[in-house]
Amino acid sequence: MYKVVVSESMSELIIKDLRASVADKEILKGVNLTVKGGEIHALMGPNGAGKSTLGNVLMGHPNYTITGGSIKLDGKELANRTPEERARAGLFLAFQNPVSVTGVKLSSFLRTAYKQLHPEEKIPLSEFQGRIKDHLKKVGLDEEFLSRSVNDGFSGGERKRVEILQMVILRPKIVILDEIDSGLDVDALKLVAEEIRDYYSQEVGFLIITHYQRILKNIDPEFVHILMNGKITMNGDKSLALKIEDEGYDWIRSE
Amino acid sequence: MEVELSKDEQIEKLLEDLKSSNVKKDDWEFHDADKSVYSTGIGLNRKVVEEISEIKKEPDWMRRFRLNALEIFMKKPVPTWGPDLSGIDWDNTHYYTRPDEVKARNWEDVPDDIKNTFQKLGVPEMEQKYLAGSVAQYDSEGVYHNLKKVWEDKGVVFMDLDSALKQHPDLVKNYFCKAVPASDNKFAALNAAVWSGGSFLYVPKGVQIDMPLQTYFRMNGEATGQFEHTIVVADEGSKVHYIEGCTAPRYDTDSLHSAIVEIYVQKNAQARYTSVQNWSKSVYNMPTKRAWVEENGQMEWVGGSLGSKVTMLYPSSYLRGPYASTHNLNISLAGPGTVKDTGAKAIHLAPHTSSIIVAKSISIEDGKAIYRGLLRMNKGAINSKSHVQCDALLINDESTSFTYPHDEIYEPTATFGHEATVGRIGTEELTYLRSRGLSEEEASSMIVLGFMDDVMKEIPMEFAVEMNRLVKLEMSKMGAVG
Repeated sequence: MYKVVVSESMSELIIKDLRASVADKEILKGVNLTVKGGEIHALMGPNGAGKSTLGNVLMGHPNYTITGGSIKLDGKELANRTPEERARAGLFLAFQNPVSVTGVKLSSFLRTAYKQLHPEEKIPLSEFQGRIKDHLKKVGLDEEFLSRSVNDGFSGGERKRVEILQMVILRPKIVILDEIDSGLDVDALKLVAEEIRDYYSQEVGFLIITHYQRILKNIDPEFVHILMNGKITMNGDKSLALKIEDEGYDWIRSE
Repeated sequence: MEVELSKDEQIEKLLEDLKSSNVKKDDWEFHDADKSVYSTGIGLNRKVVEEISEIKKEPDWMRRFRLNALEIFMKKPVPTWGPDLSGIDWDNTHYYTRPDEVKARNWEDVPDDIKNTFQKLGVPEMEQKYLAGSVAQYDSEGVYHNLKKVWEDKGVVFMDLDSALKQHPDLVKNYFCKAVPASDNKFAALNAAVWSGGSFLYVPKGVQIDMPLQTYFRMNGEATGQFEHTIVVADEGSKVHYIEGCTAPRYDTDSLHSAIVEIYVQKNAQARYTSVQNWSKSVYNMPTKRAWVEENGQMEWVGGSLGSKVTMLYPSSYLRGPYASTHNLNISLAGPGTVKDTGAKAIHLAPHTSSIIVAKSISIEDGKAIYRGLLRMNKGAINSKSHVQCDALLINDESTSFTYPHDEIYEPTATFGHEATVGRIGTEELTYLRSRGLSEEEASSMIVLGFMDDVMKEIPMEFAVEMNRLVKLEMSKMGAVG
């Protein structure tokens, strides 16, 4: 038995010379990066390098201003688009610190979001809820999370699991995971990594933003990029991540 | 596998059904042709009051009571400590407007045009499905009342107050204007003078009614006043949930609604009073609502204040016996051009009494939401407790919210706490929801509805749907939220 991969549906995110600032301070100073379906990229860098800024800028957070460059997803320019338009184009960001939204049930939130992202699909409510329950179980959360308010009273780790749950349910094409491993214990990290691996396919590209290489032990990145001072200063493969684990970032700074 | 729907999913579904159905339910502000058969005309004087009493063929004590209240009303100045009430046109208001004379026990007997109005509002349907009994009032008079036989057999009385005054005169006299005397305030005096309609609900000792009873108030006439007077008595050890819904069409001239609600929670009884008003934006809504709670009695107020031009409403609980408690949950939506001056009062008069007050408000555009509350703990109310929480959500830059809590604590062993928050729709929450594909409008509606969620859970479904629809409508009108 073999599978034919239809390359037409393959996704491609092309970031070109992206510059962005927050409160008039330039944080991203010309970032170039391409993430294709089927690829797993790790973006590493020291504190304050602009890693999270990149995630937020890609998603269209209004606190950041794009001052130059472009973000193209499957040929569509997203740099001047609203967050919802980017989401509808297939982009997903698992936030580093997901906020809570009081009184908004996770289930109705996901259903509303799903209707926006996949308007052509009509899934009966019971089937949709069944899906959520399945994946709640997979990330190690109780069914009752379905009727709880989004992230309200969740621990840091629970929030991260729910981010991954949202990813699986909403089915984006390009996934950005911002420090997804923080707040997760070893067992939770395993579950989350398994969900990510299950979701991984030739149609989905990943950009994993991480400070440590802990998550990379569970998920193999093909490409590793180092972001320093608002620019990607080094590209490599998994061995680069391992070297950073041993030696830190100082050797890159001195090169 | 059938999945049980949560309430907000049911609401969502109902809204979808409404959208797809052919019935255009744009709002509740439709009005019928004026079909009043009798009105006392505009303005208020002794003659008008005598006339109302005469029409109703009341006992003499009531006539004298009304006239006395009228004098109090005339003497008391219009309160100036709150919202601007100068727009009330006292001289051009119709104080009594009677539709076709009818006191039906069956919807079949209600005149078609009035019946249609209540059908459009979904009243008979709700009654059949969810209620133990219902009363419907049209302008000044109750036109329909019914109570399921099982409760009637247990001695429950539920009808409009006029009918009750005829059928149970002693019972009514026992409670009428005891908790809210005519001298309480100008609007209470006005009600006492010209009251007409309202409900009388008496639940005998030990009778626990598991389904709610509802009264629906509809104002149809232009420049009319509705002055219903409602009395709920939960006798010892009984349990009851009473619901009121109010709507009116919109006119260019303002109308006045000034009700009195008196609730008597006897020893070990539990009463819950839920009211949702969606008056049109031409109504001054000035009711006085008060509960007397005796030993170990429990009073619950649940309120949703959606419509009206100006509302001043502070449901009060007088905790008169040891271990009496009150819980007050209110949400006020101050839409464009409207003022909601709402709050609660808890008066602790006995030991070990407790009160919880949760007040939420949402201000849209230049809407102004005010929390005004009174907490009094008399000396001797030992070990009594109170907690007051006020949360305000401001939608636009010009939206405003004010909090005026007033505490009078005379008992050293009493404890109380206040919490107040004022917030706007946060950029982080908005961005989070939008990053999942929700439009700005959808995301803001969701955040606002989330803020109201604890009240939505407590109010009847049709009003929850209406609240949901109103918030979405207001959000869509705004386009961008700033």
